[in-house]
Amino acid sequence: MACFTAPLVESVIVTAVTKAEEKKEMQHAEGNTAGAGKVTIPLSRRLKWLTNMLYGGSALLAFEHVWHGEVTPWFPFLTAMSNAEDAAEMFREIATVGVSMAGLITLVWFGMCTVATSIVNRKDEETRQERII
Amino acid sequence: MTLLITVFAAVIATVKWYTRKDDSMKLGILLFLYWGASLMWLVDAIFEYAELRAGYFTPAAEDMLNDAFLGLAVVALGLVIWLVRLLILDPKGVIKASLKRG
Repeated sequence: MACFTAPLVESVIVTAVTKAEEKKEMQHAEGNTAGAGKVTIPLSRRLKWLTNMLYGGSALLAFEHVWHGEVTPWFPFLTAMSNAEDAAEMFREIATVGVSMAGLITLVWFGMCTVATSIVNRKDEETRQERII
Repeated sequence: MTLLITVFAAVIATVKWYTRKDDSMKLGILLFLYWGASLMWLVDAIFEYAELRAGYFTPAAEDMLNDAFLGLAVVALGLVIWLVRLLILDPKGVIKASLKRG
């Protein structure tokens, strides 16, 4: 009915956090000395992966809702808002399916970040070969 | 069917992104778009399966055709979004060069 709204709300919040993080990173980069040891992927870059997935998924799901006649270009935009019973069902769906969608994408993103960090810090094949010899 | 078609699109976009020579085609946009939608439809499918059980895997032919048509439309829309963003970002400067020339 309108399950894509939950990930859409999350993507708006994450976009604001990304912008703030980018500013912070710019300020830190000016006074930062050469970092030694572990290589890290900037948080703003990782957050952009999350926003891209959330915005992309929400856009394509919104299209699906237009396809099924659940979203209209005129007020109130959601056909379920026309009566109280349908509206209650819509809110229930947002709270269950919508929140689960946002949750799964965030969970996958956490996994992606963990794997990406380990790949970045993985020793080169040459270094590994040298250690074996 | 929509989920299946979107997953195939996501896998193809990921393989193309992995084997790319440079980032000038901005394929990352496309793969996040399709993976995001695939994960959302996966959740939708899980909820539907919980409701319909085995009936979920035996849809009516008409529903399947409609879902397949929707899946293809979604893939096309994803490609259009990616293309518009690519042209706006203009990483190779093709648009800028042609506008300056004209």
